Amino acid sequence: MKFLPSSRRVLSAYVIIYVAILYFPVLLLPVFSFNDSATPKLPLVGFTFKWYEGLAGNEAMHGAAWNSLVVGIIAAFLSTILGICAARAMTRHRFRGKGAASGLIMAPLILPEIIIAISLLVVMLSMGLQLSLFTVILGHLLICLPYSVTVLVSGFEGFDPSMEEASLDLGESAFGTLRRVTLPMLAPSIISSILVTFTISLDEFILAFFLSGSEPTLPVYIWGQLRFAAKLPNVLALGSILIAASLVLLTAAELLRRRAERKMAIRP
Amino acid sequence: MTALPMIEIKNVDKVFGNFRALDTLNASIGEGEFFSLLGPSGCGKTTLLRMIGGFDEPTSGTILIGGKSMAGIPPNLRPTNMVFQSYAIFPHLNVFENIAYGLKRLRLGREEEESRVSQALAQVELTGLGPRMGNQLSGGQRQRVALARALVMRPKVLLLDEPLSALDKNLREQMQVELRHLQRQIGITFVLVTHDQYEALSMSDRIAVMFSGQIAQIAEPKEIYQNPATRQVADFLGGMNFLTASDVAVNGKGFKAALPGFGAISGHLSGKAISDPAQAIIGIRPERLRIVWEGETADPMISGKVVDRNYFGEVTSLVVAIEGQAEHVSIVETNDFGADDIPVGSDIRITYDPDAFVIMQG
Repeated sequence: MKFLPSSRRVLSAYVIIYVAILYFPVLLLPVFSFNDSATPKLPLVGFTFKWYEGLAGNEAMHGAAWNSLVVGIIAAFLSTILGICAARAMTRHRFRGKGAASGLIMAPLILPEIIIAISLLVVMLSMGLQLSLFTVILGHLLICLPYSVTVLVSGFEGFDPSMEEASLDLGESAFGTLRRVTLPMLAPSIISSILVTFTISLDEFILAFFLSGSEPTLPVYIWGQLRFAAKLPNVLALGSILIAASLVLLTAAELLRRRAERKMAIRP
Repeated sequence: MTALPMIEIKNVDKVFGNFRALDTLNASIGEGEFFSLLGPSGCGKTTLLRMIGGFDEPTSGTILIGGKSMAGIPPNLRPTNMVFQSYAIFPHLNVFENIAYGLKRLRLGREEEESRVSQALAQVELTGLGPRMGNQLSGGQRQRVALARALVMRPKVLLLDEPLSALDKNLREQMQVELRHLQRQIGITFVLVTHDQYEALSMSDRIAVMFSGQIAQIAEPKEIYQNPATRQVADFLGGMNFLTASDVAVNGKGFKAALPGFGAISGHLSGKAISDPAQAIIGIRPERLRIVWEGETADPMISGKVVDRNYFGEVTSLVVAIEGQAEHVSIVETNDFGADDIPVGSDIRITYDPDAFVIMQG
């Protein structure tokens, strides 16, 4: 498309404003986390590491971070494993109720999360389940699965089914085919799925809030801290660390995924 | 042909929902035979090949390989290997690992495995390409790796699903010759699926021509070309002039008829049954009609007028209106005597072998 110079200027301005509104508040977070003042406001007073130092000795925060890590890793792996099964069924097989099954898997994407959270809470309590990290993992599995399935379905669609047939034809068993052909070929999608679902689980609040009982995840812990004005700078420091960590993680995973994808691509 | 049947296809049907993809197929493929399944796309040839390989099961009927029923036997337990249309070369493995893929399960030991892979690489003339990754190969190389990967398993039957259709014309013709040589050299049964009639004619010992889920004719290439069983078969294998005759008389192995513009003609039945001679169609290939040049004479000889001319390099195709014949006929003549210089509108004389006509049920 070609724009007149004047409309091009308007578009550039729009993009700049859009990006600024989106990211400016996020940029404030690290700025204030180094500010030597108990309240996040301008002008900046002085540079300090003390909010970060305060985090170092905070046992409750460490516990919550550990909980989030455990929940995130387990939910990401379970969701990806289930996602591989579901995506394979959807792309390679025809069966009765396929539409309904995929609709049900995708449903949590559009259902209000608070409704899911309350329903799960009621069901789990009436089943006699103790609220714990286990119940949080179950809840996160529900909302992570649609993302896993979406990523993995496109992964399966991207590779020729005769690869799997060729493996069977060469004498390999169904399980051997999965191990030696399907999984290596799906590697880029599997990495994406694990990464996306880990990120979703890590910052998920509503389900974790309802289902975590006495073991808070990081978002639940942060929410609890916000009630104390004096803790706010510590929360800002924690938030900054989370942003940095997820940036590093995302970049590493994307590089890994691209490398795997380059290895798979068929060059003419 | 060969003595022992390697593959027997008995009353095989395949139904997908309301669609009958294969309809009561029967065929017997010999040991060491190069057998082609030829037909237009959607005729069921690939479905039949996939059934022999174990990727589809017949709705009814049986397939036997080496005398054993293959019902319920998965592809990994069949004595067949397949070269897929897309070649299906594993992109995450190199050429050596691709070819050794199936050998890994046999636990042959490192030396045996390496010697079999390098033998297979030599067979397809890819020696030295072992370390190349699967996704860094040209189309022709991928085709050769797919072939080596299947042959290294020493199957009784090699199945080839349009293996040459992705290659450009020169490479395709070269590979046709190489495949044929390879098959003679190893001596195992090859079953080839193709929609290219020249490929089938030049490579096969026998061809099964298929249309809409049925086998129209199984015969040797020469027989299929010269004596097609039906009008559809004749049409699919190159040009044919279809003409209507009167007084068709079938007797034993031959037939006689009166053809407007040509007079009395005759031909062979070659085992075909013509149930209704009155509805039969007479055919003659364009290259079986020859021009009689100035100063020559021939018997029989008929006259006609050129209505159109198409130049094809080594041959010229003429469309001719023959006196007394309502249909225009086409003639294909090599260009060494100047067929490409015959002007449209000129009168020519034509001769033919009166036995060159074929009869087909309409």
